[in-house]
Amino acid sequence: MTWQEWAFVVLGVVGLGAAVRLVTSKNVVHAALYLVVSLLMVGAIYLLLGAEFLGWVQILIYVGAIVVLLLFGLMLTRAPIGREALDNQQRGLSAIVALGILVGLIFLLQDAFGDREITLRPTRIAEAGEHLFTDFVLPFEVVSFLLLAALIGAVALARKEDAE
Amino acid sequence: MIRLPIVLFFSAGLFAVGVYGVLARRNAVLVLMSIELMLNAVNVNLVAFSQLLQDAAMTGQIFALFVVTVAAAEVGIGLAIVILIFRNRETINVDEINLLRW
Repeated sequence: MTWQEWAFVVLGVVGLGAAVRLVTSKNVVHAALYLVVSLLMVGAIYLLLGAEFLGWVQILIYVGAIVVLLLFGLMLTRAPIGREALDNQQRGLSAIVALGILVGLIFLLQDAFGDREITLRPTRIAEAGEHLFTDFVLPFEVVSFLLLAALIGAVALARKEDAE
Repeated sequence: MIRLPIVLFFSAGLFAVGVYGVLARRNAVLVLMSIELMLNAVNVNLVAFSQLLQDAAMTGQIFALFVVTVAAAEVGIGLAIVILIFRNRETINVDEINLLRW
């Protein structure tokens, strides 16, 4: 194994371990902090794979914004503590479904891509920006409109109805 | 040089953990977190294949960027709905919100 593979395995094991702790932890705030670890590891994996812009975007948007938003959500909804309060009765069935998906995916992926190798080539931010604003300018505008709609929708939904 | 299956197995594992979280958790915010895990697994795949194919237009990476944006919008709207439900029902357990069930 090359050192890139070792680095990937270390990041992946930490990320997966944090993800497992996220779905099993008894405390919602701990779950959010495990989510931070998991997302940071995914961001580091983007950087390792050479997707520089996406790696920093992951850390900025996910760790910086989305997790803070989720923490606000937890704060405003007074989430209880304890496994029975956070999990439903279908834990065993869910584990079987998840394991089935995992085994099936691993089997299929090994069958389809077992011998492929990624040659790592860093992609520069300038390159990403160039493609984003030439080849993908229409999807970019659509996504910006979607964000605007989500912004207005969230404000309209969460605003307190005051007597008019 | 990284063998592709290692990357794909990692993302398959992340996706399976996300599926478990969505199915087994009853707190709506935790379900949203598990959905984030699944979206991240898809993004890892997109980046891996983008790098594998040495795509000149960087489609995989740009698409992953769009997925991140849509995830941000989804969390924003999702949390607004969760807070609204909490205000009306005093609970955000997804198995107790069954008004539309028949």
